[in-house]
Amino acid sequence: MDHTSVLKNKQLVIPRKFMSVLLFSIVLLGISILASLAFGSRTVGWNEIMDGLFHPDIQSHGANVVRQRIARTVFSLMCGAALGVSGALMQSVTRNPIADPSILGVNTGAALFVVCGISFFHIGTAGQYIWFALAGAILTAIFVFGIGSMGSGGATPLKLVLAGAATSAALSSLVMAIMIPRSNVMDQFRFWQVGSVGAGNWDSISIFVPFLLVGILIAFFSAPALNALALGDEVATGLGVRTGTLRLVAAFGGVLLCGAATALAGPIGFIGLLATHVIRLLIGPDLRYIIPMSAVAGAIILTISDVCGRLLGSPGELEVGVVTAFIGAPILILITMKAKMRAL
Amino acid sequence: MMNESMNLIMVGRIKRRRRFILVTWLLAIIAFALCCTMLMLGNTIYPVTDVISVLLGEQVKGASFSVGTIRLPRMVAGVFAGFAFGISGHVFQTMLRNPLANPNVIGITAGSSAAAVFCIIVLHASSTFVSIASIIGGLATVIVIFLLSKGSSFSIGRLILIGIGIQAMLNAVISYLLLIGQHHDVPTAMRWLSGSLNGAKMENLYALMVTVLIFAPIIILLGKRLDMLELGEQTATSLGVNTDRTRVILIISSVLIIALATATTGPIAFVAFLSGPIAKRLVGIGFSSVIPAGLVGIILVLASDLIGQFAFVARYPVGVITGILGAPYLIMLLIRMNRKEEL
Repeated sequence: MDHTSVLKNKQLVIPRKFMSVLLFSIVLLGISILASLAFGSRTVGWNEIMDGLFHPDIQSHGANVVRQRIARTVFSLMCGAALGVSGALMQSVTRNPIADPSILGVNTGAALFVVCGISFFHIGTAGQYIWFALAGAILTAIFVFGIGSMGSGGATPLKLVLAGAATSAALSSLVMAIMIPRSNVMDQFRFWQVGSVGAGNWDSISIFVPFLLVGILIAFFSAPALNALALGDEVATGLGVRTGTLRLVAAFGGVLLCGAATALAGPIGFIGLLATHVIRLLIGPDLRYIIPMSAVAGAIILTISDVCGRLLGSPGELEVGVVTAFIGAPILILITMKAKMRAL
Repeated sequence: MMNESMNLIMVGRIKRRRRFILVTWLLAIIAFALCCTMLMLGNTIYPVTDVISVLLGEQVKGASFSVGTIRLPRMVAGVFAGFAFGISGHVFQTMLRNPLANPNVIGITAGSSAAAVFCIIVLHASSTFVSIASIIGGLATVIVIFLLSKGSSFSIGRLILIGIGIQAMLNAVISYLLLIGQHHDVPTAMRWLSGSLNGAKMENLYALMVTVLIFAPIIILLGKRLDMLELGEQTATSLGVNTDRTRVILIISSVLIIALATATTGPIAFVAFLSGPIAKRLVGIGFSSVIPAGLVGIILVLASDLIGQFAFVARYPVGVITGILGAPYLIMLLIRMNRKEEL
């Protein structure tokens, strides 16, 4: 990617407050990991967490519970990171503050394809879900962007949200229509949808890793050029960025990340929106810092939401998607309230 | 000359009136036919004579139970909810001058639904209390959405976006309540998230019926002023409409009826959104399309319920069918509005 050379000679200016934000997020990350290991239908203490993590020979009940929760925690950290980066990518590709997989209907598209896969092609493993979910995510993203960017002014937030909401409504009716007559599919799908990050095990983590790596590499290498894109298409072209290719590659990275996360964890909304906006508010607009920090913030938010879901839903658990919708939707409202009317 | 042009205007008006009356009657007849079909169709098909004698209070073997106890409440719920969704959707769309600004899209029905679910699951409240709570939920949602979208300058775009955000939150609340209530099964969730006529009981319908019978006439009477409001604040004022008072009365009446409809059947997807535009297209301009919108609402609900019950091997709740019908229309509308630069 030769367009990375554009900003290479410019010295890296570390944003103000970056170090303190980084330190603070590392502390938060640690707390969320500990909370995720400790809380659940059975709360375990500090000693047992230490036993479970560092003393594989100790076989107390609490230590085993902690070991069970390790995979889930790792999985939720990965999903959160993927969704955070995906939100940052999509927002900068569309130059639109509210582009988030859930708002764009991408989650529902993935869900529809998974349901079709279960009903008509009898798929049943995470390795198969992921391809169906990815196909659904990509097709839905293209469709929603297509509708949202019609007319002059391109894809404004209002047009995109409405196109996403309408598409989501249409697709979720179809999901219901396919599912209701097939009770076995309904059970399997509900497990996929409700299972959330609780379904995370080492198998799904190993399936997830390549997708996460590819997506994050794409994000990492396109960040400088995306910074140029933020100045406008003309300026970016003038700086030597091939805007068409960049958009395509970065959008592919974004959809890849959220599609893979959706395939394995079920539909989880608003993480990308929440993580990226909080980070941008704290450290400013430079995407080379926003992208990695969004990954961290996404991981923290998703893990803490998952813990909240376990505590609120106890003795069962509340889908993490419900928790993230509840804390993420106010951010959408805030952005809308602050936005200038021209931008809508 | 003067006389001739006056005559032309009169002829046009008479033509439009004829079309309006004709279409309204046709809609009413279709709605009535659907009501009869709903009473007759089922696992066993009863002839009209049996249905009529059940309705007159006579005991007919078999028919008394399935028509009187199962099909009649279902039909009545569909009629009143459909009418309520139809006219209040029309009121919001006309008043805010945007087909997207309707109780379904901006989250008012989700507010009523969340309040109803809270009362049923957490408080185990009586049906009267549930009705009151759903009204409060609906009104509170309206107030919150309007307050939040006021900002520096009011705009419909902002209002719709905020409404969608509020709706996402409220749906999360409903999912949470269903989970802690150990009611996390698909039929219950379907009912409160997209609407269903299943399990309608006569004793739960009276509140809805009374409210619709009181407030629907108010909205119908204000229909002309509603159309004047659509012309804009200044035009409406100069035509002698007290805009603020009319708006408040219209909003409160339509929220009241739609809240009770939601408390009874759940927020049946897209009926409030579809009825107004369809009715307007059918009756043309010049006359208030409040009543046609209500009739289209009834037809949509009853027809979709019949399709959901009998057209497929599996039984679908009415909300799934109206969702499948309504969402493509919403997408088409968006495409058209984007092309015309109306958004």
